Amino acid sequence: MSVVLENLTVSYQRHPAVHHVSGEFADGEATAIFGPNGAGKSTLLKAMVGALRPDSGRAVMSHRRADIAYLPQQSEIDRSLPITVEDLVLSGLWHRSGAFGGVGRDGRMRVAEALATVGLSEFARRPIAALSSGQFQRVLFARILVQDARLILLDEPFNAVDAKTTYDLLALVRRWRAEGRTVIAVLHDYEQVHAYFPYTLLMAREVVAWGKTETVLTDANLRRAVERAAHWQDRAPVCRVDGEAA
Amino acid sequence: MLHLYDLLVAPFAEFGFMRRALAGCLALALGSGPVGLMLVMRRMSLMGDAMSHAVLPGAAIGFLVAGLSLPAMSVGGFVAGVLVALLAGLATRFTGVKEDASFAAFFLMSLALGVLIVSKSGSNVDLMHILFGSVLAVDSAALVLIASVASLTLTTLALIYRPLMLESLDPVFMRAVGAKGGLWHLLFLMLVVLNLVAGFQALGTLMAVGLMMLPAITSRLWAHSVGGMMLTSVGVAFASGLGGLLLSYHFELPSGPAIILLAGVAYLFSLLFAPVGGALPRYIRSRHFEQ
Repeated sequence: MSVVLENLTVSYQRHPAVHHVSGEFADGEATAIFGPNGAGKSTLLKAMVGALRPDSGRAVMSHRRADIAYLPQQSEIDRSLPITVEDLVLSGLWHRSGAFGGVGRDGRMRVAEALATVGLSEFARRPIAALSSGQFQRVLFARILVQDARLILLDEPFNAVDAKTTYDLLALVRRWRAEGRTVIAVLHDYEQVHAYFPYTLLMAREVVAWGKTETVLTDANLRRAVERAAHWQDRAPVCRVDGEAA
Repeated sequence: MLHLYDLLVAPFAEFGFMRRALAGCLALALGSGPVGLMLVMRRMSLMGDAMSHAVLPGAAIGFLVAGLSLPAMSVGGFVAGVLVALLAGLATRFTGVKEDASFAAFFLMSLALGVLIVSKSGSNVDLMHILFGSVLAVDSAALVLIASVASLTLTTLALIYRPLMLESLDPVFMRAVGAKGGLWHLLFLMLVVLNLVAGFQALGTLMAVGLMMLPAITSRLWAHSVGGMMLTSVGVAFASGLGGLLLSYHFELPSGPAIILLAGVAYLFSLLFAPVGGALPRYIRSRHFEQ
């Protein structure tokens, strides 16, 4: 199993948010994507799952689509819809059920187990609108548990989540690592990265450093990341780096 | 009791056109109610309005070709509506224009074209008929059309309910798992157009969307679950149809606006008193207990 970025560039209105990024994620390990705001972290994840189209280059994953789980940012989800917690978690079985198929009794069992794991067994029948941000994030983690994927992509999983919930969900990340799954998470908390993610991709549109966390998150690298992120130009010249030759 | 009978039952017992109108209202309510609710939940409440205008030139061309013929006008209206939906969808996909703006642009062009065609070639009476319809003029053929659309709508919605709902809830996740969001969306828009076409014979292009949206928006104030909302919206739509027909009969009002206004009254009442989202129950609940 491998997750490789080949010279990936993704732009918004011709301004690259992810610029000629190449590298390979450590297989069966947890990698944090770290960097200042606007560094292209979420954009990179979206391009990896195919929700955004790259301008050039590609993300090559040896995983089948059913083996990739993706947690979007909470702001992308319409929480006002009258759906129950159970129904939302059941959507994690999409690869089995598709648009029309059934989920079966064992599917429902898996959902019940997942909800128990994140501590929300009592909430199965509640509407999602009645949940707090932290509870809702637990529900989304339950959906990932149900997906049972080998590659797990998390976009800012701990935003607007209290300390206890963060701690519980980080324990899940640790468990996934122990199970040999590949976890890639966009994070903002330096301490979390150090404690739970052995590998880090530090980026500011381009790769600043990528490798073992302790060698990546140095003061010098972090300073470079902030400097590069600040270099936004309205009239930047067209990039001449030849993707294919590089 | 005789009095009540005269008031509520006699009009339907005595006149075939009233019975057909009532059956038409029931079928329209069954189709439009759930479709309207899905529009509300997909935050596309105004899209129904846009689509109802988009239908006009097709209906007008149908009218030009075959006169006041239901099949011709329905097919024309359906084609025009789906065309606008497709063009707007394509424009959103390949340019930076947002979906609602794109729909607004295309339906306005379509509407202008429709008015142009009608005014060049028909009398004002015809224009009035297309714009306002007449539920009392629903004949057996129209009834069959409306009922067929309702059946098709309910069956299709039942089939595409899961992807449609999940796509509204979490579009990025759905793209990540490779679900074909665009396909369901297009199917759903076709249902919207179909229901508007079914409605415009009875209510006119302007009013058809009223029976679709007002009961649907009202239903969100009454129920917690989607099923409950669908039942409520169908119920409100049918009750408005029944009440509107009676008002129209007893006070000699045009039936279309009477029906929609009654749905509006139901909405205003619900705004104040509905248990789930109404203002008064919310106020009472906000005065919580000490423990």
